[in-house]
Amino acid sequence: MARLSMREAISQAMWEEMERDPNVFILGEEVGVWGGSYAVTKGFYDHFGGERVRDTPIAESVIIGATIGSAMTGLRPIAELMTINFAFAAMDHIVNEAAKLHYMFGGQFVLPMVIRAVTGGGRQLGATHSQTPDVIFAHFPGLKVVAPGTPEDAKGLLKAAIRSNDPILFLEHATLYQMRAEVPDGDYVIPIGKSKVQRAGKDVTIVTYSKGLEISMKAADELEKQGIQAEIVDLRTLRPLDMEPVIESFKKTNRAVVVEEGWKSFGVGAEVSARIYEQAFDYVDAPVRRVAQKEVPLPYNRTLEQSALPQVADVVAAVKEVL
Amino acid sequence: MDKQKYLDLYYQMVLIRRMEERGAELYQAGKIGGFMHLYIGQEAVSTGLIAARQPQDRVITAYRDHGVALNCGIPVSQIMAELLGKSTGVSKGRGGSMHMADVTKNFWGGHAIVGAHLPLATGLALGDKYAGRDGVTICMFGEGATNIGFFHEALNLSKVWTLPVLWVCENNMYGMGTAVGRASAVSEIQQKAEGYGMAHERVDGMNVLAVYEAAHKAIETVRSGSGPRMLEIMTYRFRGHSMGDPERYRKHEEVLKWEEQDPIGVFHAYLTTNKQAADKDLDEIDQRALAEVQKAVEFAEASPEPALESLFDDIYYTEEV
Ligand SMILES: Cc1ncc(C[n+]2csc(CCOP(=O)(O)OP(=O)(O)O)c2C)c(N)n1
Ligand SMILES: [Mg+2]
Repeated sequence: MARLSMREAISQAMWEEMERDPNVFILGEEVGVWGGSYAVTKGFYDHFGGERVRDTPIAESVIIGATIGSAMTGLRPIAELMTINFAFAAMDHIVNEAAKLHYMFGGQFVLPMVIRAVTGGGRQLGATHSQTPDVIFAHFPGLKVVAPGTPEDAKGLLKAAIRSNDPILFLEHATLYQMRAEVPDGDYVIPIGKSKVQRAGKDVTIVTYSKGLEISMKAADELEKQGIQAEIVDLRTLRPLDMEPVIESFKKTNRAVVVEEGWKSFGVGAEVSARIYEQAFDYVDAPVRRVAQKEVPLPYNRTLEQSALPQVADVVAAVKEVL
Repeated sequence: MDKQKYLDLYYQMVLIRRMEERGAELYQAGKIGGFMHLYIGQEAVSTGLIAARQPQDRVITAYRDHGVALNCGIPVSQIMAELLGKSTGVSKGRGGSMHMADVTKNFWGGHAIVGAHLPLATGLALGDKYAGRDGVTICMFGEGATNIGFFHEALNLSKVWTLPVLWVCENNMYGMGTAVGRASAVSEIQQKAEGYGMAHERVDGMNVLAVYEAAHKAIETVRSGSGPRMLEIMTYRFRGHSMGDPERYRKHEEVLKWEEQDPIGVFHAYLTTNKQAADKDLDEIDQRALAEVQKAVEFAEASPEPALESLFDDIYYTEEV
C-alpha cells in the first residue's frame, strides 16, 4: 500500500502495464515531451521513448481512428484525449467504429484499446471545455465506460481496461487528480463492471460515481452528524451497469438519491431510478431524487458556474426529502 | 499610410501588450480563472491584419483572442471585465478569456475548440455571398489547427463555392508544446493551400506594416470575387501556451532570439528611424496605453458580478413556454 494521488495511481497503472506488455503504447496530444497536459504521463517519454509515447497532431479523429486500427492488428493502444470535450471531434470513430466493429463483422475484429479522457466542470473553462457528458458514451452498446472516483479504483480499473479486449472509455475527473488515498502496490486489478459500496449505512442509498462520490461522501459526513446514515454505492462503470449492489442496498433503505455531475435530463439518475422502479418497486418508500447539473451550458463566471454544479448541500437536501 | 495611422497601429500594439501584462498579474492574483492564452509577441499579426479590413469584413479567431478583440474595436474595459467574469464583460462574464465576441464590431468570436471555427467562417462567407454583400470573412487560426479535419473541409468547400474568405494562419511554431515539424507533414503551412487550388503567401508577422500590406492586398483581391486565399503569417509567442505552461519543449535562448524581433520594438525603431515619430511621441503613447489599462481594470473591478438569476438567460432565443 502507498498513499497516492489519483494522478499517480493512473500513471502507475499505465507504467506497470507498459513494463509488462510491449504492445501497450500511448498516443495523444502532448502526452510525450510535455508530459501530458494534466501531467499524467510525466516521465513516460524519457523512459519508454517516442515510439511508445507518441505525440500526435491536434487531430482527434485520427487519434481515435489510428487507435482502433492499431488495436485491430493486436497492439494495445491507450489514447489520451486531452479532455472529453474533444471526443466530439472524434465521435464517428468512437460511436460508428469502436463500438460497432467487433459485433458487425461477426466478432472478427478485436479492439483491445483504451481511450483515457479528462471529464468534468468546475474550473471556469467555459461552456465547451467544462462538460461532463459521460452518459452520452454509455448510450452505445459495444463500448464500455469506466469512471472511477478513488485512486485505488482508478489503478485497478485502468489495469483491467488495458488488459481487456474491448474498447473502453476511461473517464478521469479533472478535479479528482489531487485526491489522495491508499492504493495497493503492484499487480492490482479490479474487474470492470462491478459497482461497490463505498460507505455503509442503513437510512438511505446514495448512488453515484466519479466526482459525485466525493460530493456524496462529504454529504454523508454531514448527514452522520445529524444522525442519518447514508449508504453510498459507487457505480464505477456506467456500461455495463451493475445494479446488484444498488438494489441490495435499496431493499434495505427503501430510499435513494442519485448524484451525478452531468445534466439531469436523460442522465445516470434517470437510468438508475428507472431500474430501481423496475427491479424493486415493492420496496419504494419515497420517489427517487436526482441531484445533477442545472440545465445550462456552464458559464465562465465562478459564482454562476458553481451555482449550476451539484453541491454537497444539494445532496443533503435531497436526502432529507426522501426520508 | 499617414502618420496618424502609423501612430494608431503603434498604440494598438502597445495597448494589447499592457492589457495582457495586467491580465497576467490579475491571473496570478486569482482574479481571473480558467484558461488564458496571451498574445504577447504576436501583436503585429492581428493589428496589421485588422487595420486592413473594411467595416463590412468579419473577423473570427481562436481562443487567443484578447488582441483580436481589441483591434476589432472592443474597449479594453469590456475585455478586462470579461476576464474578471463581470456582467459588463463583452460576453457578460459567461465566456471568459477564450470566448469574446461583439457582433456590432463584426467580431464573431474567439473559439476554443481547435479548428472548429474554420467551418463557421465558410458559413459566414456563404452568408455574405448569398446576400450579395461585399464583405470578406477573415478567419485566423494557429498552425496547429491545420492538422485537424475541420481545416481541410472548410478550405475545400470555400474554394468549391468560391467564397470570400481570407484564411490567416498564425504560425507561431508551436501548438502547445508540439513544434510544427513534429505535427505537420509540411512545415510551410502555406503549401496546404495548394491542395485546394488557393493562392497563398508567407508574411513576416513581426513587422506590422508587412502584415498590413499583405492583408490589404489579399482582402481586396478576395473582395473582387476571385475566391478564398491564404496568408501564413510567421510569428512567435513570447509567453507560454497558456498560464500553466512549464515550457519544457523550447529553449529559453530561442525565446530570447525571437524577442530581439519584438514587433513593438521593430515598429518603434521604424517610426523613429524614418522620422515618423519622435521618442517622446511614442513615450506619450506608452503612457496613454498604461492609463487606459488602469482605467479598464478599475472599471472591471468595480463592475457587478452577473446576477444569479441570469444563469438561464440566452439558452434559447425563444424562451421556453
Ligand atoms: C479539438 C481540440 N483539441 C485539443 C484542444 C486543446 N488545445 C487548445 S490550444 C491547442 C494548441 C493549438 O495550437 P495552434 O493552433 O498552433 O494555436 P496557438 O495556441 O499556437 O495559437 C490545443 C492542443 C482543443 N482546444 N481543441
Ligand atoms: Mg501555434
